[in-house]
Amino acid sequence: MADLSVRIGALALRNPVMPASGCFAIEYREALDFSQLGALVIKSVSPKSRAGNPTPRVAETRGGMLNSIGIPSKGLDHYRDRVLPPYCGFDTPVVVSISADTADEFAEAVACLSLPEVAAIEANISCPNLEADGMAFAIAPETTYQVISAIRRRTRHPVWAKLTPNASHIAAVARAAEEAGADALVMGNTVLGMAIDIRSRKPRLGNVMGGLSGPAIKPIALRMVHQCFRAVRIPVIGCGGIASADDAVEFMLAGAAAVQVGTASFIDPGAMRKVVAGLHDYCAEMGVERIADLTGRVELDGQLSDRWLRFAQQSG
Amino acid sequence: MNDAADCFRRNADGVASHRCEVVEHRAVNDRYRYLRLSAPADLAGSTRPGQFYQLKCPDTLDHQPFLLRPMSVYGTGPEPGTIEFLYNVTGVGTRALATLPEGGRMDIVGPLGNTFDLRPHYRRILVVARGVGLATMAPLLRQAARAGIGITAVMSARRPEDLMQDAFLRGVAADVFSVFDSNGSSGVEAVESRVRRLLEEQPHDAVYTCGSHRLLMLLQRVLADFPDTAGQVAMEQRMACGMGVCLSCVRLFDVDGDRRFLRVCREGPVFAIRDVVGEVEFG
Repeated sequence: MADLSVRIGALALRNPVMPASGCFAIEYREALDFSQLGALVIKSVSPKSRAGNPTPRVAETRGGMLNSIGIPSKGLDHYRDRVLPPYCGFDTPVVVSISADTADEFAEAVACLSLPEVAAIEANISCPNLEADGMAFAIAPETTYQVISAIRRRTRHPVWAKLTPNASHIAAVARAAEEAGADALVMGNTVLGMAIDIRSRKPRLGNVMGGLSGPAIKPIALRMVHQCFRAVRIPVIGCGGIASADDAVEFMLAGAAAVQVGTASFIDPGAMRKVVAGLHDYCAEMGVERIADLTGRVELDGQLSDRWLRFAQQSG
Repeated sequence: MNDAADCFRRNADGVASHRCEVVEHRAVNDRYRYLRLSAPADLAGSTRPGQFYQLKCPDTLDHQPFLLRPMSVYGTGPEPGTIEFLYNVTGVGTRALATLPEGGRMDIVGPLGNTFDLRPHYRRILVVARGVGLATMAPLLRQAARAGIGITAVMSARRPEDLMQDAFLRGVAADVFSVFDSNGSSGVEAVESRVRRLLEEQPHDAVYTCGSHRLLMLLQRVLADFPDTAGQVAMEQRMACGMGVCLSCVRLFDVDGDRRFLRVCREGPVFAIRDVVGEVEFG
């Protein structure tokens, strides 16, 4: 059997497969052995109590789905006392995902949840920033730097910055997160989208717009993982449309050190187990001894443009 | 089944995606279809009345449903792997499902959701069904009949041709009262006085319903005057994961005086009729 272990900075994972935040909860114990996963990433918690968004909260699209769940929350105390404990007994690193409205609120929440039983903090900076007219922190390098550095000052836990594919200059955002002290990047979150029922003329989501996920966004996420990989030295965790071991390998070749599986679990709650098994199969078939060796090993031809130009010049 | 150590309401010992063979698939009438699958697992032994599965409806030339489709179980057995569904062709998922040929294959995920509460000491129950709601309650009727519990059934349909009384009862003995849109007998006032009369004439330990929001709200009003009669409803909501993870399928309920969003797939699909908050339509 190949060595599937990977490292995300100082944190060692038994394999590179973990759930994407929001697509995983304790109820999956009915379908999965949590001690076989690389890490357990819990749905984002926000310091403020919220009811979440109006229904319908999901709508299907071609090859994917839109969601506008919102981040229903009962606050940090409830989270620490009631939500977190059941994830902690599996000998699998627990990653707490946090969302907040302002940089200060973010830093405060991260400090509060930097607990010994928490292996890493995922800062969901793809959520709206109320100090910037609701624009997500990770849309721009400046707000990314502000929020991650505020978080960095308040915790010694590993901080993973979860970026958004809605950013236009992802390399600059990735570098801002790295310079502000992030230990890893998660690339990325859902792509903002919308759908309308043409007969009722109503939006298909109660919240009008929502996040697109699933295979429909995989090429976008893969491209952005590669851009992040080229822009920073910290590990990049790939996320977006990964449904199989083949997808996971593709993300690792593009530069991911590990992967998150989200929407695929809604189609098959055993999806992550099958991805792990499929990675063993791939390594056996391809003679890969250590899966960590795949990271960033897409074979790019640096001279392709020059050769093409010489070739093309021969044409009439 | 609820294990406090799990820190969640466990609805099944195990949930998995099962690759099934389509054994029988045919039209029941011009609106409903019957589907029987065979799975390499003991679904009959692990599935209880009121529970549902999520179906991976096939991709066709015209339809490519992405999400699974939640569907109540119409029946299980006698073989351990046999599971039955009865459905109405209404949208992308069921249109694609309707093309599935006998001998074909389909993945289903389950069992999911909670179950009807049918107490051993019950003597007689009332079921009020409309449309495809009868499929959800058919396993409950079978369970009640096996336990020797008497059954009164009010069945509502557009027209007599749509009633599907035999498909509902499946050989179970019941006192059946049918009402129809076509002759006006299914109107709210007529059904409400019929239900009140039935409950007054002889005691019923519980009332169950599925398939109509109007009937649900009617029963909630009636039950206010019958405090000793329990009431349960199986509800629907747009969902993604079906397991309580994604938080899509919430509805508002009155829980011990608190208004709370509950997940139809996890705390439901079966809820106390008295707890339902007659919400404005959110879709």
